[in-house]
This record gives sequence, structure tokens and C-alpha cells, in this order.
Amino acid sequence: MPLLWLRVALGCYAIGLLYALLALTQRSYLLNRIALPAMSLGMVFQFVSLSESVLVGGPVTITLVHNSESFLALLVMAAFMIVYLVYRTTSPGIVVFPLVFLLSFVAATGQQPFLLTSPGLRRGWLVAHIALIFTGYAALFLSFAASLLYLLQERSLKSKKSSGILLRLPALEVIDEIGYRSLLLGFPFMTLGLIAGSIVAQTTYGRVNLLDPKIFLSLLMWAVYMVMVFTRWNAGWRGRRAAYLAAGAVLAAVIAWSANYFSAIHRFVQS
Amino acid sequence: MNFQLIGVNHNSAPIEVRERLAIPESRLPDAMRRLAEHPGVDEGLILCTCNRVEVLAQTKNGAADLRRFLREYFQLDPAQYEPHLYEYRESEAIRHLFRVAASLDSMVVGEPQILGQVKEAYATARAVGAVHSQLDLLLTRAFAVAKRVRTETAVGSSAVSVASVAVELAKKIFGSLQGRHVYLVGAGKMSELAARHLVAHGAASIFVANRTHERAAQLAEKFNGQVILFEQLYETCDRADIVITSTGAPHAIFRREHGELFLSRRKNRPMFFIDIAVPRDVAPEMNDLDGIFVYDIDDLQQAVSSHVADRKREAEHAEAIVQSEVERFQARVQTLDVVPTIVSLHDHLETIRQAEIDRVRARLGPLSPEQEMAVETLTRGIVNKIMHTPISTLKTAAREPEATTVIDVVRRLFNLEEKKAARSGADRDQS
Repeated sequence: MPLLWLRVALGCYAIGLLYALLALTQRSYLLNRIALPAMSLGMVFQFVSLSESVLVGGPVTITLVHNSESFLALLVMAAFMIVYLVYRTTSPGIVVFPLVFLLSFVAATGQQPFLLTSPGLRRGWLVAHIALIFTGYAALFLSFAASLLYLLQERSLKSKKSSGILLRLPALEVIDEIGYRSLLLGFPFMTLGLIAGSIVAQTTYGRVNLLDPKIFLSLLMWAVYMVMVFTRWNAGWRGRRAAYLAAGAVLAAVIAWSANYFSAIHRFVQS
Repeated sequence: MNFQLIGVNHNSAPIEVRERLAIPESRLPDAMRRLAEHPGVDEGLILCTCNRVEVLAQTKNGAADLRRFLREYFQLDPAQYEPHLYEYRESEAIRHLFRVAASLDSMVVGEPQILGQVKEAYATARAVGAVHSQLDLLLTRAFAVAKRVRTETAVGSSAVSVASVAVELAKKIFGSLQGRHVYLVGAGKMSELAARHLVAHGAASIFVANRTHERAAQLAEKFNGQVILFEQLYETCDRADIVITSTGAPHAIFRREHGELFLSRRKNRPMFFIDIAVPRDVAPEMNDLDGIFVYDIDDLQQAVSSHVADRKREAEHAEAIVQSEVERFQARVQTLDVVPTIVSLHDHLETIRQAEIDRVRARLGPLSPEQEMAVETLTRGIVNKIMHTPISTLKTAAREPEATTVIDVVRRLFNLEEKKAARSGADRDQS
């Protein structure tokens, strides 16, 4: 059943994907009107899907790799919705919707249930680790989306040609604020998530090797994240430089994620 | 239908002529009452704004002399205004009214006030009873058309002038202008206008730097602003979010290095330079800096004209809407047109039937209820059969342009003229 709900959610997200793809080339009144309700409906189904699998298998099912992707998608959507409620703009959807679709797609089509295992696992810490880190990821993605929109809007203003889609983006400063706020909010989550993760690792393995790819890359990502927050706060970096940094942080996050497949201590194994 | 419209607008007549024809608001009810009483006029409405004076009438037989109404009402020398009059009838009059209400005929296409003005005229006309049936339908439809045009096209949404384009761009950069600081460098008329627009949209404070201190002080006073010595320009300019330059300097006064300085002082918060001066006050390469946006007068003009082009496209769309609405309205009114004819045809035949029954009853003597019933059924059947073809012809003709001819023929064949008030425009031929 959870998989069924997830697939229904995926169907809803497909509408959002279509909206995002077409938003850059043309405006469709129909899509504009249905994209947001469709995405909200998708969230509901995804939530149902996840709740059901937690109810059946306990909180640790979140650590199943495909569930975790679905969970991440849900958090990203939630972050998007918060931005929508505060700023009344769906523009970040242009970047967020495809990502959510992709995550849900991978989650819905994956067959083997991998399980993140470490012997003698501390369940509470592990779930906290995942939830915190993923919230941090969601905020980071959103910030990245905002910096892409910032670049688009900035280019349109500089080129002095007003084309349709760009006129509908929020004002430059508003986009910047969205990006900065999600960055700021995401940072504590990311930090606490890493701390929770290191507690799990400590209690499981004792001393851990800092050069383990997963740990190294996670720390690298955190460092990039911190540099982003710092430069934005201190020097007001935005626009192109902020976008490069955000892209770097997202890249580091993706690599850190893929390190799950070759890290010694943080690995999904077939159950 | 018999709609007739006569009037002048900003295109057809200069302001001197429109002034003379303008009717003050207090005298409009009386004017409309007199219009409705004018020979040949059934219903009437007068629309009077600073850009137009228009007289709309639903006439009794399509031949009211509205020019005479103007002559009698205004008591002016007709030579003064008659060359500027335009006159529309029927579908042209409907289209004109729809275009006016939808703000397609306005000086600034898409400006929203006109609809309110038409609505006021309508309310006044209704209050004095000058509008009650057909014109009521027409005006109600005109409001719906205006609404459709506003929601389905972007005619009403584009910016109109350089100053408002500047405001729009500033909003694209800063979002709200609330609390933004505006810096005027040079104190020309144009920059004053732009500043006025910005303040009207919420900009917080104005700084003025000008080479002649007096003029700067004057301008600053107007906006409750602050005068800054021209020598302190570079030290103070980073305080401003929006800089409007209009000095007569022969060389650029803001160059790349100034931009870099401002940005580092502002922690990279964006700055918007509006350069109205020719030759330019802001070096074009400033625009290459991240976070600085420079628009010179040509860029602004171009933005204005691209808006105009957009608006032209949208206006075409709006015209198409108006056209389809005119056709819909005509179809509807014409269907209404055939109904009275059908009714009077029915009445006419029914009268004949009753008369014939009464005439023959005396000769038949007393009838049993069954016989009575049989006679009733027989005669009714004959009448219905006879009526069937004319009625269905009328109904199908209702949507065609020849409706009035068909109505006319039916009325003539059955001699219906004296029964009900004549309706068709073709009546003129008979009188």
C-alpha cells in the first residue's frame, strides 16, 4: 500500500514537473491554476505513504533508502510550501518541483529495500540524524533554487529586455530573502544532524576515521554551507557568487549522499 | 434594435470643442430626461467625461435626430462642433459602447476610470427613467464585456510612462519600495517627476544633490527631503537604493570604481541607477557590476515602447473579444425581436378564430359539450397548422441578418401593424 500511495503522489508531482518545464517557455493558465493544488495533493499522498510504512515497520523504516528519498522529497515540498505561505510565490517551484519529482520517482520505482545498518544501532539518534540532515538538505535545495531564480531575474533586468516569464518572478530582493532565510534556517538543522550522526557513529564504532569518504564529504559539505552563510552575512554575497556557492554545497551534498555506497561505516546493505 | 450614438472624443475633437459640449454633473439628470423626451427617442444616456461627450439612444423607429437634440440642448453654433461629431448606428454603436467601457477607446488605453464613469452615467440614467429596457440590457452587457477584457487580456496592466516604468523596474528589484531611499543628482523636471512617482509608491526619503544649492533646496522642500552638498556626493551616495541622475555634466559622474565603492559599503545590496541625463551621467560599464542596475533614458523609452507593443497585441485580443460580444448581443436582441411578432400573430389568428366560431354558433343552435369540444379542437388545429410555418421561419430567421425583413413580411402579410408598437427598423420604408 505505501508504494501505491507514493505512486499516486508521483502522479500529482508529474503535473508540477510539467508546470516547471513549461513555465520557462510559455504560460499556461490551466497549469498555473492546477500545479499548486496538485502538488499539495501529492504531499498528502506522500505523507500517507510514509506514515503507513512507519506504522507498519516502526520509525526505522525511514532509514530504508527509498523511504528516505521519499521523506526528503516531502521535506523539500514542505519547505517550498512555507515559502509559498510567506511570500505567495510559486516561482521556486521551477527548480523545486523537478527535484521533488525525481526523488519521489527514484523512491517509487526502486525495487530492493536497502537498509542502512550499523550493528547495535541507536534508533532514536539515527532517526533524529536523518530527519535533521534532510531538513537541512531541503533548506539547502531551496536556497539553491532561489539563487538560480536570482540569476534569471538579474539577467533579465540587466539585459533590459522584459520577457514574459521573468516579469512574473518575484522581485530580486524577495528572491534573495527567500534564499538567505532558508540558508539560515537550514544551517542549525544541518549542524545538529551531523552532530547526531557523529554520536551514532561514536557509539557504534568508538573512534571514527575522519578520512572515511562519508564523513569527510559530509564535513566538506558542512564547511561549504558555513562559508555560504558567512559570506552572505558578512559581505552580502548574492547573485552569481551565492549561486556558485549554493551549487557547490548541493554538489557536495549529492556526493556525500552517494558516498553511502562506498563508505565503510555508513552503508545501505541489502536486508 | 435601433441603437444610435453620437458624440465627440479626444481623437475627433480638440479640448476647446469638448469643453463647450461638457455637461456639468449636476445637470446630467435633467439632460438625460430631456434626451428621453426628444422626438423619436425611447431611451437615452449621456456619457460625459473629460475626454468624451457621447449621446446614446434607443430610438422608436430608428430615426431620431440626435444632432437636433444637441443643437436644441446646447444652443451653440453647430458649425463649431458638428464637423467633429461621429455617429454610429446599430452594431457600430454597440461596438463603440463596448470599446469605451472596456477602455479601448481611451486616451491611455486600459486606464480603469472610464468603466466607473460609464457606470455612473448608467445609474443617473436609470434614476431618471431614461434607461429601462433595451439600453439597460446593452449597458449591463457592456459592463460584462469590460470585465471580460480586463480579466482575459493584459490591456489594463501595462505601465504608461517613463516615470512609471522606472517605478515598475524599481519594484522588480526591491519588491516593495517601502523604506527605500531615493537620491536625486541634478534637479530637473523629469527627475522630479520620477521621484514623485517613487514617493507615491512608498519610497521613504529623498536626498537631493545639485550644483546650484538653491534649486536643490527647493526640490528637497517639496519632498520633505534632505539637501546634500554636491562635493559630498560620493561619500553619501551609498545610502541610496535608487539614484536618479539628470545633471548637465559633459562626462559621466559615476564610473565603475564608484560603483565598486558603493557596493562594498552597502555589503552588495543592489542599487538602481536611473540616468535621465543626455549625455549620460552614469558610465554604461557600471551595469556590468553584480548588484548595480543602470537604466538610461533610451532603455526606459524602450521599456515603455515594448509595453506599448505588448499592449497593442493585447488590444487586438481585446478587440476580438468586443467583436464576438457585439455579435452575441445582436443575436440575443434579435431573438427578443421576433417574440412580439409571434405573440401578435398568435393573438391575431386567435381573434379570427373566436369571431368565426361566434358567427357560426348562431346558425348551429345549441351544441352538446362533445360537439363544442370537437369544434374547438378542429378550429384550433387549423390555426396551429397555419401558424406553424411562419413561426418556425421567424425563429430561424432570428439569428440571421434578414430577421428584420422576415418580421416585416410576416407583419405585412397578416396585417399586424396596428396591433403592437412597430419594432423593426424596416418600418421606415412603409411610413
